[in-house]
Amino acid sequence: MANNEFDVIIIGGGITGAGTQRDCAMRGLKTLLIERSDIATGATGRNHGLLHSGARYAVNDPESAEECIRENMILRRIASHCIDETDGLFISLPEDDLSYQQTFVEACRKAGISAEIIDPQLAKRLEPMVNPDLTGAVKVPDGSVDPFRLCAANMLDARLHGGQVRLHTTVTGFIREGDTITGVHTRNLNTGQEQDFFAPVTVNACGIWGHDIAALAGVNVGMFPAKGALLVFAHRVNNMVINRCRKPSNADILVPGDTVCIIGTTSTRIPFEECDGVSVTPDEVTLLITEGAKMAPSLSSTRILRAYAGVRPLVSADDDPSGRNISRGIVCLDHEERDGLKGFITITGGKLMTYRLMAEIATDTVCRKLNIDKVCSTAVTPLPGSGEPSYEEVARKIWEKPSTAQKAAAARLGNNAARLRTRNRLDEALVCECEEVSVGEVNDAIDHLEATTLTDLRRRTRIGMGTCQGEFCACRAAGLLAKAHGCIERERDDLKAFLQERWKGNFPIGWGDTLREAEYTQWVYKHVLGI
Amino acid sequence: MKFNTVIIGGGLAGLVAGISLQKAGRGTAIISEGQNALHFFSGTFESIEDAPGRITDLFAEAGIGLHYSPGVRLMPMGTFKKAALSLEDISLFPGPKIGSRALIVSFAGYHDFFCQFLAEGLEKQGMQCRIKMLNLPELEHLEKSPSEMRSVQIARTMDRIWESVVREVRILLRDEDTVILPQVFGLQDTSVPSRIRGGIPAQVVFVGTLPPSVPGIRTQMLLKRRYQLLGGTYLMGDEATGAHVHERVVHSIVTHNLGNHFLEADNFILATGTFFSKGLRSNPFEISEPVFGVDVEQASDRTDWYNPEFMREQPYMKYGVICDDNLRPLKDGEPLRNLFAIGSILGQTRPGLGSGGELAIRSALAVADQILKSDE
Repeated sequence: MANNEFDVIIIGGGITGAGTQRDCAMRGLKTLLIERSDIATGATGRNHGLLHSGARYAVNDPESAEECIRENMILRRIASHCIDETDGLFISLPEDDLSYQQTFVEACRKAGISAEIIDPQLAKRLEPMVNPDLTGAVKVPDGSVDPFRLCAANMLDARLHGGQVRLHTTVTGFIREGDTITGVHTRNLNTGQEQDFFAPVTVNACGIWGHDIAALAGVNVGMFPAKGALLVFAHRVNNMVINRCRKPSNADILVPGDTVCIIGTTSTRIPFEECDGVSVTPDEVTLLITEGAKMAPSLSSTRILRAYAGVRPLVSADDDPSGRNISRGIVCLDHEERDGLKGFITITGGKLMTYRLMAEIATDTVCRKLNIDKVCSTAVTPLPGSGEPSYEEVARKIWEKPSTAQKAAAARLGNNAARLRTRNRLDEALVCECEEVSVGEVNDAIDHLEATTLTDLRRRTRIGMGTCQGEFCACRAAGLLAKAHGCIERERDDLKAFLQERWKGNFPIGWGDTLREAEYTQWVYKHVLGI
Repeated sequence: MKFNTVIIGGGLAGLVAGISLQKAGRGTAIISEGQNALHFFSGTFESIEDAPGRITDLFAEAGIGLHYSPGVRLMPMGTFKKAALSLEDISLFPGPKIGSRALIVSFAGYHDFFCQFLAEGLEKQGMQCRIKMLNLPELEHLEKSPSEMRSVQIARTMDRIWESVVREVRILLRDEDTVILPQVFGLQDTSVPSRIRGGIPAQVVFVGTLPPSVPGIRTQMLLKRRYQLLGGTYLMGDEATGAHVHERVVHSIVTHNLGNHFLEADNFILATGTFFSKGLRSNPFEISEPVFGVDVEQASDRTDWYNPEFMREQPYMKYGVICDDNLRPLKDGEPLRNLFAIGSILGQTRPGLGSGGELAIRSALAVADQILKSDE
């Protein structure tokens, strides 16, 4: 097979594409993944990071609920380093109908989700930050998941199985022979280099942008772009996921993740043209704070770090204006059966939680088209970095007396943190003091994790995600990137783009300490450093 | 405790006002929370246009050398910026061509100084650059802790070991006419920058680092020392929490540490800075001034406080307290008779006073003059 020929080309570097590449590669296929930006830049990196138990969907969408709990249990086994097993509460407040609790618990049990009604007093002991006025509580196996890490781990495993990845590369057109798609034209957005790749099957795993990719291939996939806005708080206020025990609505999930917690979300239909660069409106901010404070009152006085929004790739079914009633179910379209277009499939719908199942379904379809008879093993094979009991033990195996930065690196990289051990003593200097990211870890992400920009680095190491939002670490890391790729002009633009991206998430919540920090950052970069 | 003037805020504006009043024999007190904008002072007053004898004298008496030479200075990211009046150790040039060959020197493991960016900026001006990292055994104690390789920590060591830097640079120096060094010299011993210049046979240019700014902290320490030597009362680590005002006259202020001992004075000066130093406070609905509750200029709709483009001018950064022509802040539209505002809390829309350091100094001098005149 020539260098530019593959068994399957996957378009989209979100969790669905990454999972599909891993599955295909593990079944022995020669794979290429193409992503126009960086990994996890779409909905994958713009959600709660909630490891759904499925309870949220139990009453209205039992099929999704069952998928969720099955995948929930699988991810705990194969991606332990990406998951925090916090458990979750579904609380009833005085304004909620407590009788819904019974319906809810029955539906959960039917879907196979363990749902235990607990005394509100016990709920307050388990989660001291919960609204003390609660009238009921149900405990479920919710948790939190780091979607960046999960996506990176899938891509890494695909690579270990021979998979190739082209980041910052866009598909400019499809290559056809009659009614068959045989490959793609691409352009590297950093270098401008154009290249063709060939494969008998191409998978469209582009989330909401799958609509555009399908159109480029000449087929229509009716999608429903539903924007969801979220807020990140500067502290981990709650230790358990907190949900409202009522019909799913706006701003009723509060998820602890790493050192922060996240409230969301809203659901608003937006035009396709607005899917790139969605931002959060003042009304959405107000709604999220008001509703969030009902679940955990201390949120009303907690500093907000950032506002952000993602777009759910829902597949349109009816004329529901909010998209709440559309199934979160998985949609796999074989365009040969549907549209008479051979060699092209679309995998969409679904959720972060069910990415592995989506990948399995897509890979089954690919294998069927290629007449390959191999079974899926992704549900039983741990991802690289998974399988250790705790990050602290991982760190202790690598370093005799790990520092907090080394422990943090072990939490982010799993076993792969061992790569940092060989680096020299100067590499232990901290680039990012908020998230404890060392020079060695930044250089490792540049050398091994294909980080080419500051935003790439943020997704891989968490630099710039902490309370200072990239005030100092951005410049330090820019220095390291500049050294690695040697183009200062590009790095200057990269630094400006990074600061702009941080500001985009800051100004919608620009008051109090957030505004103080922003003023300082703006002053330092413009007047002190002279960017 | 009764003073002629109580100044709230110990940054550049507060200290200049305090020194001027003490020099004229007025008893003053300064309340300072600690950190202020001097901690990231670039060392330059960008827009002071006329040769300002009164300002240079005031600084010289505090042991701070200023030089006036309108032109440009080299910024940490390799760009050039207009500058006229600056601290002595900061080089000002007529234009961005500052030499033909530069040796850029930093320290191994130090990431707060941007050698590559500087080199690229200078190469754009036709210079040839060479970057060298020094491995000084004297800095090893800092490398051991991952967050210690920062400007102030290095500067503390440099006061002792600057001669090793001179020696190493002399060894490295080939045919370069310019040596670029990070601004980590002369934190306590103010003679160090000029002694380094004397020891290296090339033009030495000190360039800024990530904050905190070593020349800024030095400036703050020297002004504060001068103020105290003149008999001023500097209340460090305290914060004004409220004021007693009757019939538009401020009688005293309440501070966090002094509790029931109110600070009484004939005049009060508000020099608390902007958001960063908590001179202005914001919530989702409004921007306010926390000590006196005086009127603050602002757009009523929060979305108008910002420009969505980070690099553009941000409206919120121009907001300040609304004053009459005598720099007396208004409360509900009317001035308080013996309260004055100086420095960045004035916002950046006041014509004739400039912005940043210039605004701080000019407004401080103007208010000090007014207080002295009204006493007569």
